[in-house]
Amino acid sequence: MKLALGPLLYFWPKQDVLEFYAQMAQSDAIDIIYVGEVVCSRRQQLRVVDWIGLARDLVDAGKEVVVSAQALLESEGDLKALRRLMDEAGCTIEANDLGAVNIAGGRPFVAGPHLNIYNAATLETFARYGLQRWVPPLEADRKLIETLHASRPAGIETEVFVYGKLPLAFSARCFTARHYGLNKDDCQFKCLDHPEGMTLKTREGQSFLAINGIQTMSAQTYNLLAEVPEMLKMGIDSVRLSPQPQHMPEIIATFDAARHGERVQPDNNAWASEGMVDGYWFGKAGISVQHQAASFKGV
Amino acid sequence: MLHEKSPELVCPAGSLAALRAAVDNGADAVYFGYKNDTNARNFAGLNFDHKAMVEGIRYAHTHGKQVLMAINTFPQPGREADWRRAVDGAADLGVDAVILADIGLLDYARKRHPDLRLHLSVQGSATSYEAVNFAHREFGVRRAVLPRVLTLAQVELVIRNTPVEIEVFGFGSLCVMNEGRCWLSSYATGESPNTVGACSPAKYVKWEKSPGQMSTRLNGILIDRYGDGEAAGYPTLCKGRFEVGGEIYYAMEEPTSLNVLEILPEIARIGVSAIKVEGRQRSPTYVAQVTRTLRAALDELSRDADHFKARPAWQAELGKVSEGVQATLGAYNRPWR
Repeated sequence: MKLALGPLLYFWPKQDVLEFYAQMAQSDAIDIIYVGEVVCSRRQQLRVVDWIGLARDLVDAGKEVVVSAQALLESEGDLKALRRLMDEAGCTIEANDLGAVNIAGGRPFVAGPHLNIYNAATLETFARYGLQRWVPPLEADRKLIETLHASRPAGIETEVFVYGKLPLAFSARCFTARHYGLNKDDCQFKCLDHPEGMTLKTREGQSFLAINGIQTMSAQTYNLLAEVPEMLKMGIDSVRLSPQPQHMPEIIATFDAARHGERVQPDNNAWASEGMVDGYWFGKAGISVQHQAASFKGV
Repeated sequence: MLHEKSPELVCPAGSLAALRAAVDNGADAVYFGYKNDTNARNFAGLNFDHKAMVEGIRYAHTHGKQVLMAINTFPQPGREADWRRAVDGAADLGVDAVILADIGLLDYARKRHPDLRLHLSVQGSATSYEAVNFAHREFGVRRAVLPRVLTLAQVELVIRNTPVEIEVFGFGSLCVMNEGRCWLSSYATGESPNTVGACSPAKYVKWEKSPGQMSTRLNGILIDRYGDGEAAGYPTLCKGRFEVGGEIYYAMEEPTSLNVLEILPEIARIGVSAIKVEGRQRSPTYVAQVTRTLRAALDELSRDADHFKARPAWQAELGKVSEGVQATLGAYNRPWR
């Protein structure tokens, strides 16, 4: 089982991003790194050329690098940037919509979680266009993943999102700019002030979602650490950790141990400020906790 | 201003009565779905069984109108046959097109029923001409319904770069999120439009009355709370009031309706082929009122596009059936974003 670092979903200052990936490049545990801006075209701390440079550095560091496409493609500028990424980075692309699949034009690609592969027929259809690996929809339960993984076309790998706040929705509207009473076109890059998004709570104080620019995420952190042994049995090819500003080395070390079948008992209360959830894997509400809460601490 | 053709008016039918209301009031086409989870308005008491479909198609075709069938959820593993049967059924019934979202199902329809006209559902989430052209080249899709995320200029960019007809939403309840790629409902309840064909499903809704206030909950999660004087709305979870950074407000969107009357000339000018009215879950009265009003506006537009102005009487008519009290141009209008 390979360990993958998903694309950075937040907007961080350029220096922080470069330091983060320099650290990841040094991590022996990480096999696959996804890079690129997937949320908002206005996030330009790293420009296309910077992402291409970063991708090459990570390849040189011995990582398998995949360039992730922006999920919501709207303008000609978005399409141009994506074409350039694909042409110049020299890496496989992670497509998160049909537009990216079209631009890939038969070159190998990874189907990201937003490509909506819910059944075997759809997985087979995408396989005709150069699919190498697929990430199930984040709301997929264990049964869906197991069924499709078991019947997947030859050579296709399955990667499961196992750790991080869940990217749940995209909008034309920027909710961060809205919070500050700003227009999206003049957002003053407020996302830079929120390295893990802004928590959205109900009127009785329950943490529910997180707003992250045009993206809405779960407030809670999805954590399938306790399911890694099950995934090893199923033969899942890789598991994805989603970057967060703090504790990444411990998170990586913990999942690295788990995928090697070791028993782990991390002291992980500090990893997730709004708590951990695992409902989707069990076919329940994503926000629910199905396993005993203690199992987030390991197996 | 030159118009080759005014956009078609595509109206919702959640029942036979709504279908007749749409046809009688000037729809060019109606869309409906089976009474099950193969379509994205899978609500109790709504939609069509076989017999009602036969009757509905007969009624529409007799009046020279088209019928489109929405089969726009994502087939669940092990149950692909249910969705394929729905497509086969649509072909047998002689509908004018099916509206699909799932790639595997598009592939099936293309191969099994090469003469069946395919539309890409808004749930298929195609937001660029690259996406639309992929669906056209690979599956022969003839029309795509665009998600409510693009500005008019971006809609025009799609139209200029594809042979596929483009349909856009013109009126109805507004999805704030990119359709087909929103899991907020399943995060709260375990069920989403993609899997069961419903957002914020009614069976998870609770209306809690206490002295001086009404709370609306979805699977126990408080979506909004209303004082005595306030009208409580259905707890669609992106339209509640929440707290962010110490402020309580409609953090995602107010309960509003999309209404494009005032930009109808631009919509026609850029070459939109069809305007869709949302609301299969709404009453025949809603369908009649909205259809009649948009028909009048579109007719006036084709008579004299240069002097077209949205009439206050039309706006008032649509205002009566809007969600919430406000109307918006949504993403078509940059400041909304």
